[in-house]
Amino acid sequence: MSVIYVLLAISICVALVFFAAFVLSVKKGQYDDAYTPSVRMLFEDELVETTSEKNNLNKSQTK
Amino acid sequence: MSCFGLCQYLTFVAGMKQVLVDKACYHCGDDCASDAVQFDGKQFCCHGCKTVYEIFTANDLSYYYDIEKAAGKTPEENFDKYEYLSNENIVSKLVVFDEENVQVVNLNIPHIHCSSCIWVLENLKRLHPAVKTSQVDFPKKKVRITYTTTDFSLKDLVVLLARIGYEPHISLEDYTKKKNRVDRSLLYKLGVAGFAFGNVMLLSFPEYFEVEEFWLEQYKHTFRWLMFAFSLPVVFYAARDYFTTAFKGLRSKLLNIDVPIALGILTLFLRSTIDIIFDLGSGFFDSLTGLVFFLLVGRFFQQKTYGFLSFERDYKSYFPIAVTKVDKNKGEETIQIYEVKTGDRLLIRNQEILPVDCVLISGDAQIDYSFVTGESQAVFKSSGDKLFAGGKQKGGLLEVEVLKSVSQSYLTQLWGNAAFSKNKASHFQTITDRIGKRFTIAVLTIAFVSATFWLFTDASKAMNVFTAVLIIACPCAIALAAPFTLGNMLRIFGKHQFYVKDTNTIERLAQIEAALFDKTGTLTSAAENTIFYEGMELNEQEVSLLKNTLRASNHPLSRSLYNILESNEIETLDAFEEETGQGVQGRVDAHSIKAGSAKFIGQEPDVKSLDTSVYVSANENYKGRFVFKNKYRDGISELFDQMGIDYKLAVVSGDNEGEKETLETMLPFATPLLFNQRPEDKLDFVNKLQAKNKVLMVGDGLNDAGALAQSDVGIAISENINVFSPACDAILDASKLTQLGDFLKLSKQAMKVIKISFLLSLCYNVIGLYFAITGKLQPVVAAILMPLSSISIVVFTTLASNFLGKRLRKRA
Repeated sequence: MSVIYVLLAISICVALVFFAAFVLSVKKGQYDDAYTPSVRMLFEDELVETTSEKNNLNKSQTK
Repeated sequence: MSCFGLCQYLTFVAGMKQVLVDKACYHCGDDCASDAVQFDGKQFCCHGCKTVYEIFTANDLSYYYDIEKAAGKTPEENFDKYEYLSNENIVSKLVVFDEENVQVVNLNIPHIHCSSCIWVLENLKRLHPAVKTSQVDFPKKKVRITYTTTDFSLKDLVVLLARIGYEPHISLEDYTKKKNRVDRSLLYKLGVAGFAFGNVMLLSFPEYFEVEEFWLEQYKHTFRWLMFAFSLPVVFYAARDYFTTAFKGLRSKLLNIDVPIALGILTLFLRSTIDIIFDLGSGFFDSLTGLVFFLLVGRFFQQKTYGFLSFERDYKSYFPIAVTKVDKNKGEETIQIYEVKTGDRLLIRNQEILPVDCVLISGDAQIDYSFVTGESQAVFKSSGDKLFAGGKQKGGLLEVEVLKSVSQSYLTQLWGNAAFSKNKASHFQTITDRIGKRFTIAVLTIAFVSATFWLFTDASKAMNVFTAVLIIACPCAIALAAPFTLGNMLRIFGKHQFYVKDTNTIERLAQIEAALFDKTGTLTSAAENTIFYEGMELNEQEVSLLKNTLRASNHPLSRSLYNILESNEIETLDAFEEETGQGVQGRVDAHSIKAGSAKFIGQEPDVKSLDTSVYVSANENYKGRFVFKNKYRDGISELFDQMGIDYKLAVVSGDNEGEKETLETMLPFATPLLFNQRPEDKLDFVNKLQAKNKVLMVGDGLNDAGALAQSDVGIAISENINVFSPACDAILDASKLTQLGDFLKLSKQAMKVIKISFLLSLCYNVIGLYFAITGKLQPVVAAILMPLSSISIVVFTTLASNFLGKRLRKRA
């Protein structure tokens, strides 16, 4: 039944990993600006597609 | 056409006109009027906007217009004012990193308002190869830019941004500010407490149900010591603030709410530790960690920061960093404004702010004091006139001689007053602290009485009962009632464009007994004018000629006059002349018309009236003048009627008594009206009133800053919350001024909600005390009662304050 010590150790280690991840993310400033990243992640590809995007728009306007 | 003039005009009329969509500028969305610039199949309100469009399309950035329609801003055309950025000392104070040709700078750009802005600013590197990366912090309206300094500089960067309509706001504040680090300690503490709370809950779970079970008996010591280990960082790190404030309170002989909380935490920890050492029970580690966790959640909720707003602004966030000094021997030189000395000669360019009191030597001065007084119309000055610090030049180049240094000037010396160094919140006893005092006394009495009782009946239980009372009476629910109610109120107010600094301010707001109002810019609107005509009536032909003459002028007064004149004939002028800052004249056939300042028309100015006037003469004969009056905001008299019932009202104005009669008709009978008040007078008046009342000051300009700081609650009215407001406790959007009475009422109701929840949590305490006094308190009872009371209080206060907020929305 001493397996309970192993289980305890594992569970606390897992908990500590998540705790460390939390502290690290706060330290890196991830919680300082909670809004901009949500907008930024939608942009990634826009630069490459600018021209095709524009063409589509022009097409739809001529219709 | 000069874009700057037009831009000014557009912001000027933005309040009056509904912009028609089909005539809207493709770049900035403003009304294009009759002189739209056509380009690339799109229309623009001016060449400035068109140029930005050209820059964006040439660099593959036209997607800017697809994300949000018409998100742009007409760019400034005057870059001279950034000359001081060539000074390396100044640059080194502004940048946050400077090494090996790489600099990093954080710039505040007030125009950041939509996803298009984020996109284009983060793609700044496409506009100039020297820019390496740029990252926008949207809530704070800041952008962090990394760039190389070979063939590039901070000045070039700022000009680049200004050219595309994203002009950064750089002020003396950026120069003097210490680079402070963000305080994230509450997040860490919350993380630690939450982590410990969850784990302790899991570990203490077995002992809730099974007592004296074989396996449990064998391992319970391991479980208990683990819980002890988890509670250590909670007590000594996460709950540290409660101990320090309780200690500080005791030292200054105050029994604040943190005293019973700290006592509760300490008793919980010591009793639990003793329990597990002597194997008396499983301890109360679950309640301990849960208590701290909930308290910290309350604190976290109480914080609501408006990153883009600042409640601490003084003249520094508005004044420039440097000015140009002219020296007979050395020529022009940029100097830091603290180095400006009496007797220096300075050059003030278009759009620059006068940092000191001075005398005008040469140039056409047209000074806009709107940030100081709230007066929207610029005043004309001629050489020899005294100019005061804080005014903004609108027009050509000025040469001035300095009368006083920055800190000694008329306006800035106000900040030397003691009112600016006191902290309103620390002198105010919150409702929780007031309750806390009686609560602590009651709890200690009950604890001692019941302990003495048990000492005579069953001495072994006395200590047990004593600690149990302190544990169960720990006022967790009471401590949570105020943060959650007021924190929620803060958010509700924020949704109604009433931005309150902190929850403490709402409590002070609920106690207000007297309200003072500034006049110009607060009761009157800076964006709207009423114009009326005095003098001989103009005939149809003269009106038509005047209108056609004004058409060609960019001056804001010309533009607003042009808009009210009713004439549809479009005539071609035979002659037109505009003298900057003086007036315009036009001629068709033998008829000529002149409009402008009194001097320009050859008329003696009316000294009695301080209102801005445009004088008109036809064929060199004086006809009359158009008087521009600031318009009182709609609903002001209703607001006064509503507030007059519960509050003492008064108006303090820096202006002359010209408006006295108008004001008297709007205000309740016998409201004190004070005119010709200097900034210090306003402060003193507030101070005098405070002897008997809690005073609310409502103002807008830097000249109200003293009164705002001295008052119990200072509210700054702002037409555009991004631009500027003096230091205050709350910022109210100008359009919501008429709702001020409702906001005050709501803050009073919020206090009622808190009082009701105090009663509710007292009920829980009474139940808990029954268990404690009779000596039957089991850890499981504490573990149930503590979260139950906290959560039900949180639910109650949130629902109640949301209900109040909904009613406010209905009335709006």
